[in-house]
Amino acid sequence: MSKDILVQVEHISRYYGPNAAVSQVSFELKRGEVLGFLGPNGAGKSTSMQMITGNLAPSAGRVKICGIDLLDQPKAAKAEIGYLPEQPPLYRDFTVDEYLTFCARINRISRDKIVAAVKRAKERCGLTEVSQRLINNLSKGFQQRVGIAQAIIHSPAVVVLDEPTVGLDPIQIREIRGLIRELGNDHGVILSTHILPEVQMTCDRVQIINKGQLVFSDQIENLNQRMQSASLLLGLRQPPTESDLAAINGVLKVETLEGGHFRIFHESENSPAETIVAEAVKNNWGLFELSAERKTLEQIFVDITSTETAVGENAA
Amino acid sequence: MMVLHIMRRELRAMFLSPLAWTILAVVQFILAYLFLTQLSEFIRFQPELKKLEQAIGVTDIVITPMYGSASFILMLVVPLITMRVISEERRNKSLSLLLSAPISMTEIVLGKYLGVVAFLMIMIGMISIMPLSLMIAGSIDTGLFMATLLGVILLVASFAAVGVYFSTLTVQPTVAAIGTFGILLLLWIIDWAGAKVADENATGLLTYLSMLRHFESLAKGVINTSDIAYYLLFIGSFLTLSVRRLDADRLQH
Repeated sequence: MSKDILVQVEHISRYYGPNAAVSQVSFELKRGEVLGFLGPNGAGKSTSMQMITGNLAPSAGRVKICGIDLLDQPKAAKAEIGYLPEQPPLYRDFTVDEYLTFCARINRISRDKIVAAVKRAKERCGLTEVSQRLINNLSKGFQQRVGIAQAIIHSPAVVVLDEPTVGLDPIQIREIRGLIRELGNDHGVILSTHILPEVQMTCDRVQIINKGQLVFSDQIENLNQRMQSASLLLGLRQPPTESDLAAINGVLKVETLEGGHFRIFHESENSPAETIVAEAVKNNWGLFELSAERKTLEQIFVDITSTETAVGENAA
Repeated sequence: MMVLHIMRRELRAMFLSPLAWTILAVVQFILAYLFLTQLSEFIRFQPELKKLEQAIGVTDIVITPMYGSASFILMLVVPLITMRVISEERRNKSLSLLLSAPISMTEIVLGKYLGVVAFLMIMIGMISIMPLSLMIAGSIDTGLFMATLLGVILLVASFAAVGVYFSTLTVQPTVAAIGTFGILLLLWIIDWAGAKVADENATGLLTYLSMLRHFESLAKGVINTSDIAYYLLFIGSFLTLSVRRLDADRLQH
């Protein structure tokens, strides 16, 4: 079991002067898992990423990569990490081939395997046809892909990607998301982003960080459940009174909206939609709209980040 | 091994930018001019020099002064080469490539430093072709020539160590260049003040610190362990400081 835990983060904190950019963050990443790291700007996402990849030492706490402590044995631990920072670390006056060959070398890939590793990384990121081009002359999307290729060239156990789909066109975004899912099969992936649908599509688990603290961590399925409707939107031409609607079995609360619209709150497991339709037909209410309201990830995100703020303010 | 990879990349990156080529061309041109004027001077006075009892040869009159000028010019040029070594990577945010790879800070600094030194060796090699060409027509004092060459190499290697250190301090290459130049100039002229200080111990210390003094004795053909040790210590100290500086970036202070 312990073999499959790739990243172990224990209570890491980082202070910039008196400001805590990250405080007491702990989590684990298992093999075959894609972990989404969400948070508003300045929440400490990038700082956390830098600490996990050994670019920045935590002020307190430890990071273990495949059971190897990052501070005690940085070389051994770093060999298991591939990192794409917010801004891809490229040497712009090199060609793609030269650059990736250099990356392969400094990641200690043995000499006879370098060519194969470069080729494979290029194939996975769709870079084969630009091999001979200067990185500087590539478009932003391609540069981003070179950055990803750099991170996966030595097939590390853990791939850390900081906003990997920034600046890509929709087709490339889909390809990169596919690549991330594919990486998630046999590596562990940590993905930081502020694009919410991306998290829903690619991640197995979501963590939300706000003001340096981990405020939410759950499997994506649970999150989807949380997003499931607990309310219906109802539109009627000849609406009855609110209490008539409230009397329907399974309805918890009714809210009257404009233009004959009502919001019906119910228990998330059993929706009273069928009963409402039957009642509407029977009493000739003139039903013209009935839809389940889905909470978006965005709402959940806003809920979590803003309520946490409120709690923090109360405490202060 | 990692040191070698980083060194090779560094050297290659230098030749991909026009800066390296320009510097090579300008330095070569200026020194060629100095070399030729010195040489024509020598040819003019040659009949009289022959009459002297302790004959002064072409090595003393042409070669050693040329390396003297070369060392001064390189003091101006080395900061321009070293300034971008680490500061530019910091600015382009490409440093994290090296930081997240399984390489130690020492390997990064050594690799970068040796890359710069390799470039400077190419430059010194190009310069040295000129005095060596004199061997076609006559003979030179090989011992003196080698000692002077060793002096220049050590001197320039020390310049580079200071340059690398200053490059770790800042994200602005120009700031690194100015800082390096300031320190080098100070260490060059530090013994000027030494002459005016009455206290003999202080004079000795300032003279010892001067980079120029140690070079001068080598340029006279005197290979002294203390001079060589001075340069090696100098290089070692600044490289250690660079490693410490990069580590401090990562660690909490």
